[in-house]
Amino acid sequence: MTEALLSLRGVETHIGQYHILHGVDFEVPEGGLAMLLGRNGAGKTTTLRTIMGLWRASAGEIRFGRRDITKLTTPDIARRGIAYVPETMAIFADLTVQENLVLAAVGGPPEAKRLDWIFTRFPALKTFWTLPAGFLSGGQKQMLAVARAIIEPRRLILVDEPTKGLAPAIVANMMEAFRELKDGATTLLVVEQNFAFARQLGDTVAVMDDGRVAHRGSMAAFAVDSALQQRLLGLGMDTHQ
Amino acid sequence: MNRPRRDLLPLLLIPILAVAALPLVGSPSSWVTLTVAGLAMGMMVFVMASGLTLTFGLMDVLNFGHGAFIAVGAFVAASVMLSLGPWMAADSFWLNMAAVGPAVLAAVVVSGALGFAFERVIVRPVYGQHLKQILVTMGGLIVAEQLLKVVWGPEQITLSRPTALRGAFLFGDIAIEKYRVLAVAVGLVVFAALALTLNRTRIGLLIRAGVENGEMVEALGYRIRRLFVGVFVVGSALAGLGGAMWGLYQETITAAIGAQVAVLVFIVVIIGGLGSVGGCFVGALLVGLTANYIGFLAPKVALGSNILLMALILLWRPQGLYPVAKR
Repeated sequence: MTEALLSLRGVETHIGQYHILHGVDFEVPEGGLAMLLGRNGAGKTTTLRTIMGLWRASAGEIRFGRRDITKLTTPDIARRGIAYVPETMAIFADLTVQENLVLAAVGGPPEAKRLDWIFTRFPALKTFWTLPAGFLSGGQKQMLAVARAIIEPRRLILVDEPTKGLAPAIVANMMEAFRELKDGATTLLVVEQNFAFARQLGDTVAVMDDGRVAHRGSMAAFAVDSALQQRLLGLGMDTHQ
Repeated sequence: MNRPRRDLLPLLLIPILAVAALPLVGSPSSWVTLTVAGLAMGMMVFVMASGLTLTFGLMDVLNFGHGAFIAVGAFVAASVMLSLGPWMAADSFWLNMAAVGPAVLAAVVVSGALGFAFERVIVRPVYGQHLKQILVTMGGLIVAEQLLKVVWGPEQITLSRPTALRGAFLFGDIAIEKYRVLAVAVGLVVFAALALTLNRTRIGLLIRAGVENGEMVEALGYRIRRLFVGVFVVGSALAGLGGAMWGLYQETITAAIGAQVAVLVFIVVIIGGLGSVGGCFVGALLVGLTANYIGFLAPKVALGSNILLMALILLWRPQGLYPVAKR
């Protein structure tokens, strides 16, 4: 059995007076692509932000490899090899595409070979290399946000809703990029609402409901269990067309 | 996609304002004198305001105590220059500079060190709490003012400019004060240094990114708190430099000098767009020119002219001249 690269045990998160996560437990196997699914407001984004240290876990433990990272600061967590693509994309609008990527390459100037690979997947980034990122379209901004996470080899990439509002062609490119990353031994944890995308890409799945993990297991098993999908995600047969 | 055009309209306001003032002032020589005076005043305010705008942009910190660094800079510089009085009064340019140089350096170092302590003791406990920031930084300014009175006494200090910086350059019937030319030059050097740092260095890239979205900069692996302390210290040091320049400009220094200039500094930061150094530069020049033209044309309304300027600009661009894209 593959060892877990990331594991959450009884993680609780409060935001102000609100208790959002109520003891989240799941694991992300090393080298795999884990999907975190759930309805709106289930706590998926909060889980990713808690892993990154952007919100503090009030209880529980988050382990990355053999290290407990629960109390680490966000920069320390990132420097252990975890990249984060937020749902808002959070690209730096006043910086050029080039500057966004140069900044994301913490270890030094981006490698030419890796940059070429990114340009193959996301050609718009090469076209608009010197343009302020604020002028990119929504899809191009999403490409930049993902490119920023993969500009250097990372051990784990957390991606929050990468296909939200994207054209099918860009989604296909995104999917291919994630597959190639996985083949290159990068571990991914992806929050996704697009079940068709999640089903094609995921090795494992955790489904959240009301701040807890209501189901976890293999994506292959979940993909054929329509009753479970209906109960946890409210998905009908049309989703499977 | 076409390359976006640079937004030059706010920059054009400076020559538009200057040209519009010419027929109102009437005399070309007076106009030149007023324009140079306005630019000099604007440059000094820019030097003081540039650090504050970055501090706000980077960490959302409303530092109403910024005036303390200005005042301390003015007092420290004055003390050094007064102690080197014979050099200041000498006819040698180099002896004059041997007095001014250490004075300015001392102002920068002491204000920077004070900024470091101020950030640790006063600002750090209230990150993310705007109301508390206003209260404690305002309190810090009051305490600093009282401490200045304790150390330097309650009386105003009179300071004479060094011989080399007294008088004016004469071009026909146009007189341009030497000190104002120096102020313009120093302001341009500070602006160029900041622009180069922000646009050509990795640390500048980090500051610009941090002003937009500090959380994402942290998620990339950078410790933005350290960056912020650095920017706070540099901003305080620049305020000290501006205070030293302002003290020599006014030739009198009181403990209230920081609070008085801080009003102009805040107007400039708001006009420019919070977090924007370029906006701060344009805003400072507009404030300097407006104050001088209105002071000449309608002295009775001079006091409110910059508030009016700020209101007009915010009606036109509610986020300031060059708003920074925020998360």
